[in-house]
Amino acid sequence: MAGPIAALSGTRPKLVVIGNGMAPGRALERLFAVAPDAYDITIFNAEPRVNYDRIMLSPLLSGEKSFDDIVIHGDGWYIRHGVTLYKGTKIIAIDRARRTVTSQNGIVAPFDKLIIATGSMPVILPVPGHALPGVLTYRDLDDVQAMILAAQARGKAIVIGGGLLGLEAAAGLADRGMEVTVVHLMPTLMERQLDPAAGALLQGALEARGIQVITGANTCAILGSNRVAGVALDDGRMLPAHLVVMAVGIRPNAGLASAAGLTVNRGIVVDDMMRTSDSAIFALGECAESAGQVFGLVAPLYEMANVVAAQLIGPSPARFNPSAVATKLKVTGINLFSAGDFAAGPDRHDAVLVDPASGVYKRFVLKDNRVIGAVLYGDTAHSAWVFDLIRSQTDISGIRDTLVFGPSYSEPNVLKAA
Amino acid sequence: MGAPIRTTCPYCGVGCGVLARPHPDGAVEIKGDPAHPANFGRLCSKGSALGETLSLDDRLLFPHINGARTSWDTALDLVAKTFAATVAAHGPDSVAIYGSGQLLTEDYYVANKLMKGFIGTANMDTNSRLCMASSVAGHKRAFGSDTVPGTYEDLEQADVVVLVGSNLAWCHPVLFQRLEAARGERGTRIVVIDPRRTATCEIADLHLALSPGSDVALFNGLLALLADAGLCDTDYIKDHTQGIEAALDVARALDLPQVAQLTGLNLADVAAFYDLFAGHERVVTVYSQGVNQSTAGTDKVNAIINCHLATGRIGKPGMGPFSVTGQPNAMGGREVGGLANMMAAHMELADPNHRRIVSQFWNAPRLAPAPGYKATDLFRAAGDGRIKALWIMATNPADSLPEADSVIAALKACPFVVVSEAAARTDTSAHAHVLLPAAAWGEKDGTVTNSERRISRQRAFLPLPGEAKPDWWIICEIAKRMGFGAAFDYAGPSAIFAEHAALSGTENANARDFDISAHEAITQAPYDALAPFQWPQRAGDVPHETRFFAGGHYFTPSRRANFVATPYRPPASAPSPAYPLSLNTGRIRDQWHTMTRTAKSARLMSHIGEAFAEIHPREAQPLGIVTGDLVEITSPTGRVVVRADVSERQRPGSVFVPMHWTDQLASGARINASVESVVDPVSGQPELKHTPVALARFAARWHGLLVTAEKPHDLNADYWAMTPVKAGWRTELAWHDGPHDWGTLAQSMLASDLVSYRDEAGGQHRFAAFTGERLLGALFVSAGLNSTTRGWAADQLAAIFTSGPGRQRVLAGRPSSGAAADPGPTVCACFDVGLNQIVAAIATGGCISVDAVGTVLKAGTNCGSCRSEVKRIIDDITLQKAG
Repeated sequence: MAGPIAALSGTRPKLVVIGNGMAPGRALERLFAVAPDAYDITIFNAEPRVNYDRIMLSPLLSGEKSFDDIVIHGDGWYIRHGVTLYKGTKIIAIDRARRTVTSQNGIVAPFDKLIIATGSMPVILPVPGHALPGVLTYRDLDDVQAMILAAQARGKAIVIGGGLLGLEAAAGLADRGMEVTVVHLMPTLMERQLDPAAGALLQGALEARGIQVITGANTCAILGSNRVAGVALDDGRMLPAHLVVMAVGIRPNAGLASAAGLTVNRGIVVDDMMRTSDSAIFALGECAESAGQVFGLVAPLYEMANVVAAQLIGPSPARFNPSAVATKLKVTGINLFSAGDFAAGPDRHDAVLVDPASGVYKRFVLKDNRVIGAVLYGDTAHSAWVFDLIRSQTDISGIRDTLVFGPSYSEPNVLKAA
Repeated sequence: MGAPIRTTCPYCGVGCGVLARPHPDGAVEIKGDPAHPANFGRLCSKGSALGETLSLDDRLLFPHINGARTSWDTALDLVAKTFAATVAAHGPDSVAIYGSGQLLTEDYYVANKLMKGFIGTANMDTNSRLCMASSVAGHKRAFGSDTVPGTYEDLEQADVVVLVGSNLAWCHPVLFQRLEAARGERGTRIVVIDPRRTATCEIADLHLALSPGSDVALFNGLLALLADAGLCDTDYIKDHTQGIEAALDVARALDLPQVAQLTGLNLADVAAFYDLFAGHERVVTVYSQGVNQSTAGTDKVNAIINCHLATGRIGKPGMGPFSVTGQPNAMGGREVGGLANMMAAHMELADPNHRRIVSQFWNAPRLAPAPGYKATDLFRAAGDGRIKALWIMATNPADSLPEADSVIAALKACPFVVVSEAAARTDTSAHAHVLLPAAAWGEKDGTVTNSERRISRQRAFLPLPGEAKPDWWIICEIAKRMGFGAAFDYAGPSAIFAEHAALSGTENANARDFDISAHEAITQAPYDALAPFQWPQRAGDVPHETRFFAGGHYFTPSRRANFVATPYRPPASAPSPAYPLSLNTGRIRDQWHTMTRTAKSARLMSHIGEAFAEIHPREAQPLGIVTGDLVEITSPTGRVVVRADVSERQRPGSVFVPMHWTDQLASGARINASVESVVDPVSGQPELKHTPVALARFAARWHGLLVTAEKPHDLNADYWAMTPVKAGWRTELAWHDGPHDWGTLAQSMLASDLVSYRDEAGGQHRFAAFTGERLLGALFVSAGLNSTTRGWAADQLAAIFTSGPGRQRVLAGRPSSGAAADPGPTVCACFDVGLNQIVAAIATGGCISVDAVGTVLKAGTNCGSCRSEVKRIIDDITLQKAG
């Protein structure tokens, strides 16, 4: 395998990375930290830019941050580490037999090790009019820039999808002065993380910001002839719009791997060392499927990255073992923390605190006296403690009755003597 | 702010002097009167909290007819007209008065005079029948008069004090403290004879946990031993008594092993008691409700008196039998003849000479010809139509009489029920046709007599609120409207007292024990200045300490004391397979009777805030009952649901439930409904200390705690018990079953906008409602026992909430770490010191004595009522450590 000696000898193995998102960026950081000269590295990025913090797209949209604020690796970083970065260069084929990749513009790069980090694609509802101009998704910087441009004309925007991304998009567009309506298929918003009570609280908070929310709304067509003009719901309602953002979910971007004959299910199937069915090829990030699961939040993606880095350096016990994930809704003024597993089950129990007047909702999902999931809405002060309880799988039977009230109930009280 | 007003405590029979000083803000400062010879400045927890019971909340302030406010004229006319018409149509015995040991002597005197001298019936009985009728009967059988021979000083001068059926520490705390102090100085040996190991046992050298109602066997055995061992005072017996032979024959029918077997005691303990009694000249035997409230109550009294007569230990310093009464003016009531089998001034209805004296003195048109109905019979007569007009004064028979549900039925059946009351709502007044607002303590003026025959003034220090009137005024107004104006035309209590004093001296000349004719000409100013004095105080006497019978001079025709043969009889009803346990009832330290006053004090309610049953582990374990569970106690006549207190202090086979709780504060804790109405054949006093009952665990799947700023009402629960706290109310709840819609229930109890917490699987449902920055209330429901920190939850009602997290933390149900810990249930009511604080002071602070705990926490350093409990806590912890 490659190692420092090979590096010094000038015959470094070649590592090719397809994709320049946050996950491969983290993998390379880890690699450089331990073995800076182990590989001769080439990155192909379909987006014409460096690695930036995709999580911060919402603050970018709302205008709270600029692109410079969210760049993770500037150009200097690639130069410093001797990385060849092809911006705006999309790989269209992997030749596993020859160990090369081929780009849209004809570059053929050989590899000894390959990392596929093609991320995911937004789901586009296959309704009439979905391809009209003015119908956007919310995925990358281009989408954000398109939205910002569209927002300059003010007017009406419809966001289809009341999940995390859709609501952030809605808030950002509203902050940009658009008149925003969220249409959501399910009866309440963010139903995967929130129960109806919390969903209603969130809806109230959004409505208080001037965002209209229509739940139980099934979009059956995008209206417009040469440009989007509105959305039709299957109950017959027609909603006028100058901009439609679809935020109804993501799908792993696994077409390239599939075409190369790698095993692909929902995503590119990897083992716990993040190896695809070809052991020289790793898959990483939202495109990868581990133990039947795909991932969209940054924490597990960074864990994947750590495993890939370790495996690139040499035989390593590092394994990808996905643990609970946490997320926060990045809408200013709305505090929402969600972590862990929310799927219902007979062995799972809820502990729920609701304070409507304060707009606070806290839900803990318990299983076998352990916290496996939590939503903190309106007050996320103890989110770090909660997340730690989830990750450490602490037995909470002794503090169950006061769990939702925070960590300050776990110590014995002091009896006042006189 | 003026000088404090000297008055007398309205609770137990010790009769402590109180200094009351009203402040301009309406508060009243209460202190013990250092000059009063009953207490020399001491007060117990109840007395100390008197100032907290004087609010006008829940006071009856206006006359009512059938629930509607009316004028005094209308109400008085209706009562007088109805009583007169009833007497005219059905005879004098168709009307009755049921009074109270809390009436002042002057009130009592005019009520008794009206009934027995003018209406012409002796249907005038009082709750004193429940308290010390057996002592009265026993005294009269032995002494020929209802005379308490000794004084409180005797307890301090004795070498042995035997406490029989008396939880002196809780029921007569100041007397207990005097005894405890004397014990500290002279090493008084103390024997407690009580089925329960009460707080009083903390100072006992010997505790005899005898089987219920077996006292007669124990004292018969003592009498036989005294005689057989040659320890009797033969001169005294020869010179001043009669009938010892018959008494001894009966006493000797039991040998020592039989005594031990009947009393359930071991021989060594019985022998140790007999040795103590026999071996000390200065012996005082104090007895109270445990003796009196029995179908053998009168025999118990005489069995005790027999032993004192046989040894001549009576009426001398440090010796004698000593009945301690439960009520502040039971003695005064006896003095005016306020019971159905008495006349006035300790004169007898059946004595022709006495009838003549009273008849002439009162100029009475028709003196009651025969004894009237005693309490339990009186309500039976009201229930079956013999009594058609009933006037109840200052008492709550719907809760306090045995088979109390039948009392309620009688009140419903009786065509005309008048209730004179200070409290707006009682379980009795709910059934009244006419409600008359009576003056309360602090507003009324008169005299009371304590257990050592000491007459003291109760003085008003507050104005009469609303249209409330003193009882004597109400009674005299009725008498006037019935046409007896001339005999009831008093300027005030002093005139009544003067008449009472004059009657006591009429043709007396030491023929009768009760004589206070020194005051027969008393006028307003001397009455106002009247200092506490002991009777007798015959015309010409100066006030002095008095004892009776050291030199004989009994009030029997022969002027000799009677030994009374007292064959042992078990209680009326034996336990059975269906009702296997013996129910014992009684008082707790910080409550008084049916709680109309003491329940106004959050401080007093924090000692024990809920009715309970003390159960021995032997009974509890097979039923799976642990402390904190709810239990159901049933008898053929009633049922209660109360909190279990599993304790070895209880005697196996017995269960104790306090007598205080009513339907005003709990869903079903009126224990007297379950008590069988069987009475002593001589005294007519009910057997309140023994009823066969069944015990079961109350199957409650859900338990709840509710704290509310306002008093809750219409509680939708299978069990509830409420108690006032500093800033509102605390209510314990329980439900048999679930699932319930807890949210809807909480909205009905609190408000529609709720902060809520639920953990369905963990069995937790909690709700809180706020208005502005204040907590309106919170409900904590749990599957199984509820572990909410009670004191903390109640304190949240007084807290200010400025943030969401603060509001939400109410639902944690306990303080967070770093906050002061829960002090626990109050032990010291004066300084609000809780059980947990005392435990900590002992366990980690190294306090090993009551005084050491007092130094650290101040507990027990004011009124001292909690000292015996503090000692018990120390003992328990020391025992645990040793074990």
